[in-house]
Amino acid sequence: MDNQRPNRPTVHCESIEKHFGDLRAVDRLSFDIKTQSCFGILGPNGAGKTTTLRMLLGQSPRSGGVLEIFGKDINVDLKSIRQKTGIVPQADNLDPDFTVAENLSIYGSYFRLSQKRLVSRIPELLEMVQLSDRADCRISTLSGGMQRRLTLARALVNDPELLVLDEPTTGLDPQARHMIWSLVHQMKRSGKTILLTTHYMEEAERLCDELIIIDHGRLLAQGSPVDLIKQHCETDVVEIRGDAALAITRDLPESFRCDRSGDSLYIYSSDTSRLLEWTESLQGLTSLHRKTGLEDVFLRLTGRGLR
Amino acid sequence: MIKLHPPKFRLEALAVWRRNALVWKRLMAASLLLHFGEPLLYLIGIGYGLGRFVGEIDGIPYFTFLASGFIAWSAMNVASMESMWSVYTRMVPQQTYEAILATPATVDDIVMGELLWCGTKSLVSGSAILAVAAMLGAVHDWTAIFTLPVIFLTGLCFAAPGLIVTAYAKAYENFNFYMTLVMTPMFILCGVWYPITTLPEPVQMVVEFLPLTHAISIIRPIVVGAPVENLAVHLGALLLFGATCTWIAVALIRRRLVQ
Repeated sequence: MDNQRPNRPTVHCESIEKHFGDLRAVDRLSFDIKTQSCFGILGPNGAGKTTTLRMLLGQSPRSGGVLEIFGKDINVDLKSIRQKTGIVPQADNLDPDFTVAENLSIYGSYFRLSQKRLVSRIPELLEMVQLSDRADCRISTLSGGMQRRLTLARALVNDPELLVLDEPTTGLDPQARHMIWSLVHQMKRSGKTILLTTHYMEEAERLCDELIIIDHGRLLAQGSPVDLIKQHCETDVVEIRGDAALAITRDLPESFRCDRSGDSLYIYSSDTSRLLEWTESLQGLTSLHRKTGLEDVFLRLTGRGLR
Repeated sequence: MIKLHPPKFRLEALAVWRRNALVWKRLMAASLLLHFGEPLLYLIGIGYGLGRFVGEIDGIPYFTFLASGFIAWSAMNVASMESMWSVYTRMVPQQTYEAILATPATVDDIVMGELLWCGTKSLVSGSAILAVAAMLGAVHDWTAIFTLPVIFLTGLCFAAPGLIVTAYAKAYENFNFYMTLVMTPMFILCGVWYPITTLPEPVQMVVEFLPLTHAISIIRPIVVGAPVENLAVHLGALLLFGATCTWIAVALIRRRLVQ
């Protein structure tokens, strides 16, 4: 029974690895995902996020390490784990040969859900993602945001305990993004465990209880968004833009940390009043003061270089 | 890294089969027109036209000889097309399998489901030709319906090598090699048009090993209403060929889809 170990995490990874030839796409990654929490994996493009997900889902055999989902090894109990998992892949792969409602019913058949159960479940799912009026439309007539919502509804067809979202809002407009976020919140409230990858920091801050930042397949940091900001970054930052910005780095107070990106300067400090005082002394430069966020942590840990 | 354990048949394969069947149902009219219309034209045009000059072969009217050959050939053709072009479409551009692999269904289920579907399409096409031939008076007796399981088996047998080709394919054009180098020679040489005994002896020896020859050797006598000679040999050859290719196909598609 599940309640023999009430505090068992839904996902348990210990030193998982993935090698492609000489390349270590994932390098000894360890983390646990608590039941009914929302867990984020953040990293730049090519950091190993998707490879990690594919290993977790048994879509790619791991090269080493221990990996348990619902306390079971994915290599042994793939089928029973999948039965309780819902997956929203990075690229929509809805079935273009079918309508919106048929997509859900066909997908449900792979879980061997009875047609009777699907007949009552499909309208509920379509209602939830606000696609009820599109039930009989072909996939090609849907906008990108609608397809994403349908993909989310499809992942919920088996009422999963674990919901995995691989960059769920990439390429969506703000309206569609907010809609997905509110759906994820709804899922969280209904008691599902959520695993999410993203490179939108706002998304991670809003949704995740805990997250890890990875790069080159390795773990860089782990914690709640608030803790990560506390641990890895000053409290305040001033962003200075313009050609003259670069000249002022010479007489910068020593306690300030300075970071450069393109023609912008980022001056970090936890001494808010001193930072503001210093900012006021700058003449004729556009500056913007704000509290630091996850993005600052992310850029500090993974660097500002382009990939 | 290739995993060689033999494939298992599970009920999820039927869900994959059902998916294809539902898509087909939507386009059924066009598909049936093709399945009935083409053999009708071929049989009338060539069977009657050429039959007047040929008369009989091995005591079989040429029209019947050709119709029974077409049944086997079409089983091969339909299963090959489906297992190459259609499977590739679902595997690569449509990413249908990627979606299926997020559910409890596995690569083995997908391959088994596709094989069954290819066999089913062969059965539809073969039955259509049989029906056309019967309408035109080329079928000897009702016992001709015993060709149906053989048509299905022939479909499975040719779907499996098609899947092997698809497991390696990088583009649709790759299938032309298999079409030109494997399917067309069988169409010409394996006894669809004339008995293989008319071929030079060395060629005959090769042709006797080809699966289409075995399929025709079973289907033709059943259509004519004659006893099937060496049934066990022909059936065994088809089963062995089909099973071996299925095993290889599953291993290769596992490698392609799960990395």
